[in-house]
Amino acid sequence: MIHSRKLTLANFWVAIGAFAVASGMAFMQSLSRANLDLPFRTASVYYMSVTAHGVLMALVFTTFFIMGFGYVVAERALGRPIVSRRLAWGSWWVALIGTGMAAAVILWGRATVLYTFYPPLQAHPLFYIGAALLVVGSWGWCWVMARTWMTWKKANPGVRTPLPVHGMLATIIVWVLATIGVAAEVLILLIPWSLGIVDTVDPLLARTLFWWFGHPLVYFWVLPAYVIWYTITPRIAGGKLFSDPLARLAFVMLLLLSTPVGFHHQLVDPGVQAGWKLFHTFNTQLILFPSFVTAFTVIASFEIAGRMKGARGLLNWLEELPWGDPAFSSVALAMLMFAVGGFGGAINAAYGMNAMVHNTAWIQGHFHLTVGTAVALTFMGTSYYLMPRLTGRELELSLLARIQPYLWFGGMLLFSIANHLTGLAGMPRRVYDASYGGSEIAQQWVAGTGISAVGGILLFISAACYVAVMLGTGLAGRRIDPEPIEFAEPLQGENGNAPILDRFGLWFIVAAILVIAAYAWPIFEHLRMERFGSPGFAPF
Amino acid sequence: MHVDLYEKIWMYAAGAIIVVFLASMGYTTLGRAMQPPSHVETIDPASVRTDEEFGRPGVTIHEDGSATVVVQAFMFAFLPLEIRVPRGRDVTFRMTSPDVIHGFQIVQTNGNTMVVPGYVSQFTTRFDTPGEYLIVCNEYCGVGHHVMSATLIVEDAPGTAGASAGIESSAATEGDR
Ligand code: HEM
Ligand SMILES: [Cu+2]
Ligand SMILES: [Cu+2]
Repeated sequence: MIHSRKLTLANFWVAIGAFAVASGMAFMQSLSRANLDLPFRTASVYYMSVTAHGVLMALVFTTFFIMGFGYVVAERALGRPIVSRRLAWGSWWVALIGTGMAAAVILWGRATVLYTFYPPLQAHPLFYIGAALLVVGSWGWCWVMARTWMTWKKANPGVRTPLPVHGMLATIIVWVLATIGVAAEVLILLIPWSLGIVDTVDPLLARTLFWWFGHPLVYFWVLPAYVIWYTITPRIAGGKLFSDPLARLAFVMLLLLSTPVGFHHQLVDPGVQAGWKLFHTFNTQLILFPSFVTAFTVIASFEIAGRMKGARGLLNWLEELPWGDPAFSSVALAMLMFAVGGFGGAINAAYGMNAMVHNTAWIQGHFHLTVGTAVALTFMGTSYYLMPRLTGRELELSLLARIQPYLWFGGMLLFSIANHLTGLAGMPRRVYDASYGGSEIAQQWVAGTGISAVGGILLFISAACYVAVMLGTGLAGRRIDPEPIEFAEPLQGENGNAPILDRFGLWFIVAAILVIAAYAWPIFEHLRMERFGSPGFAPF
Repeated sequence: MHVDLYEKIWMYAAGAIIVVFLASMGYTTLGRAMQPPSHVETIDPASVRTDEEFGRPGVTIHEDGSATVVVQAFMFAFLPLEIRVPRGRDVTFRMTSPDVIHGFQIVQTNGNTMVVPGYVSQFTTRFDTPGEYLIVCNEYCGVGHHVMSATLIVEDAPGTAGASAGIESSAATEGDR
C-alpha cells in the first residue's frame, strides 16, 4: 500500500496534461517552420505557441513529474510514509494555481515572452506571479522531502541513505540553490516592474539572475533521470547496479557543479567580463565527468542483466535486454541520445565555438536531445512502470506503448540532426519564418526545416500515443493486483563505502560557497557600475 | 572505496578528455587571444536615438584601413540596413538597442553577439572572403523578430592601406528617427 499514491498521481496527471497541450503546440510549430500555409498560422500565434510549449514542457511537465516521482521514491526507499502530507497537498495546489495563471495569460496572448521571459519584454503581472507560485509550490515539495529524510535518519541512526533518496536529495539541493536566482529576479525585479511600482529594470542583471537558475534547472531535470537510470532501469532489465559509491559520487559532483556555470549561457553578452565567462566555462567542462561515470556504470549494469540471463559473448548481452518493454526501451533510447547531446553540450560550452552556434537552430536541436529526450523519454518510460503500480490498473493500449519510444527516437533523430545542421548553417532559433525575404543564404536552410517538420510529425504521433496510453490506463485499465515498486540492488554492498558522500549538510555548504564564489563578486561589480534601466515593451 | 579496474581506466580517460578540452580552451583564449564579445560599457537606452554615436549609425574607415561599424538594433530592423566593410582589415562593430534585447549574427561567420538595452556590445573581427553576408537578429524580440535582418558586404578596400583616410559610408542619414 503506497500512502502517497494519490499525491503522486495528482502530480503526474498535471505533468501529463501539460505535456499533452505542449505537444499540440509543438506540432503546429514544426509545421510552421516548414512554411506550410496553415489557416491559423500567424506570427503572433507562433510566438505565443512557443511560449506555451517552452513553459509547459520545460517548467511544468518536468517539475510536476519530478515532484510526484520524489514522493514515491521517498516512501518506497525509506520504507515510511512522507511527513506532512497536508503540506504536500498544499504545495500541489499552489503550484497548480500558479501554472493555471501563467498558462491562462499566455494563451490570452498577454505573455508572449518565451519561457526565458527576458526583460524588457514585459508580460502581464499574472505571468510572473504564476511562475513564482509554481516555484513556491516546488519549495514545499523540497521541504516535505527533506523533512521525511531527516525523520527517517533520526529513527535509523547509522543506516546508509538509500541510493534513490540520495539522488533526490541532491536534486533538492540543486533546486533550492538554483531557484534563489530566479526568485530574486521575479520577486525583486520583475513583479514590481510589471505592476508599475518601479519604472525600469536592468535587463542584464535580470539575465544574469535568470541563468543562475537556468543552468542548474537542467540538472534539476537530469538528476531524477539519473536516479531512474541507476536504481530503477537496471532492475527492470533484470540486473544489478554496477557500483553504488560511484553513483553517489556522480550525484555529489552534479550537486556541487551545476550552479556556478550560468555565464556559459551569456558567453556573447555585453557587460560581463571575459574572466568570469572563462571561470564558468571551466566549471562547465568539469560537469562532464559525472556524466561519463554515469554512462559507464549504467551500461555495465545492463551488461550484468544480459549476462545474468545467460549471454556469453562480447556484445550479445544486448540482445538479452527487454527491448519490447517500453519501461526499458524508452530509457535505453533516451540514454543513447543523451550521449550525443552531451558532446553537443561540450561544444556549446566551449568558449570559442559557442559563437558559431549561439541562438541558432543548433541549440534547439541540442536541448531536444537532452531535456526533450534524455529526460522526457525517461519520464515517459518511468510512467509505464509506475502508473500500473500506482493505479492498480494494467497498462492499456500496450502495443502503442511498445512502439512509442521507437517512434520518438526516430522522430527526434530527424528533428535533431536537421536542426543541428541548419543551425551550423546559421539559421537562428525562435523564428516564425526563416525565409528572410527570399535571401539566397536562407534558401540553404529549406531542406533542413522540411526534415525537421517530418521529425516533428513523428514526435507528435509518439506523444499522442503516450498520452493515449496514460489516459487509457488511468480511466479504463483492467484492475490488477499492483506489483511492488523496487530498486536495483548494487553488485557490491553499499555499506562502508565512502560515507562522506552522504554528508548532505556539508555538500550543501560547499555548493553554496561555490555559488557565492561564482556570482557574488560579478554581481557586486555589476551593481557598482553606472547603469540605465529599461521600461517595459510588449511587441506581441 | 572499491572501483572496478575497467571503470578506473574509463574514469582516467574521461578525466584526460576533460583536461584536453580545458587545455584547448586555455590555448585559444590565452595563447591566441580569442575572446567572446565581453565589452563593458553602459548607455541610457532612452538616449540612443539622439546619441552622438548611435543616433548616426554607419561605417567609418580609419586611416590605417580598419573600420568601425556603429549599429542600432531596434524593433524590427538594424541600421544601417547595408554595411560595407573592407576585406582583410580589422572591423570593429559597436551596437546597442533603444528597446528590447536583440541578437546580431553574421550568418556563417563567428560574428555573434547579444545586443542588450543599456549596454554597448563591441567586437572586432576580420573578413577574408569578399561577398554578401546575411545578418539576422537571433534573439526573440517580438512579433517581427523573423523579419529583422540586414546585409553585410565585404569588398576589396578602395586603394591601398592609408590612402583611403576617413571615408564615411552610407546610411548615416536614416539614423535620426
Ligand atoms: C512533441 C515533440 C516535440 C516537438 C515536435 C517539439 C518541437 C519544438 C520546436 C519546433 C521548437 C522551436 C521553437 C523555435 O525555436 O522557434 C521547440 C522549442 C522548445 N521545446 Fe520542443 N518539441 C517537442 C518536445 C519537447 C519536449 C519533450 C521538451 C522538454 C521537456 C521541449 C522543450 C522545448 C523548449 C524548452 C523549447 C524552447 C522554446 C524557446 O526557445 O523559447 N520540447 N520545440
Ligand atoms: Cu547551461
Ligand atoms: Cu529579434
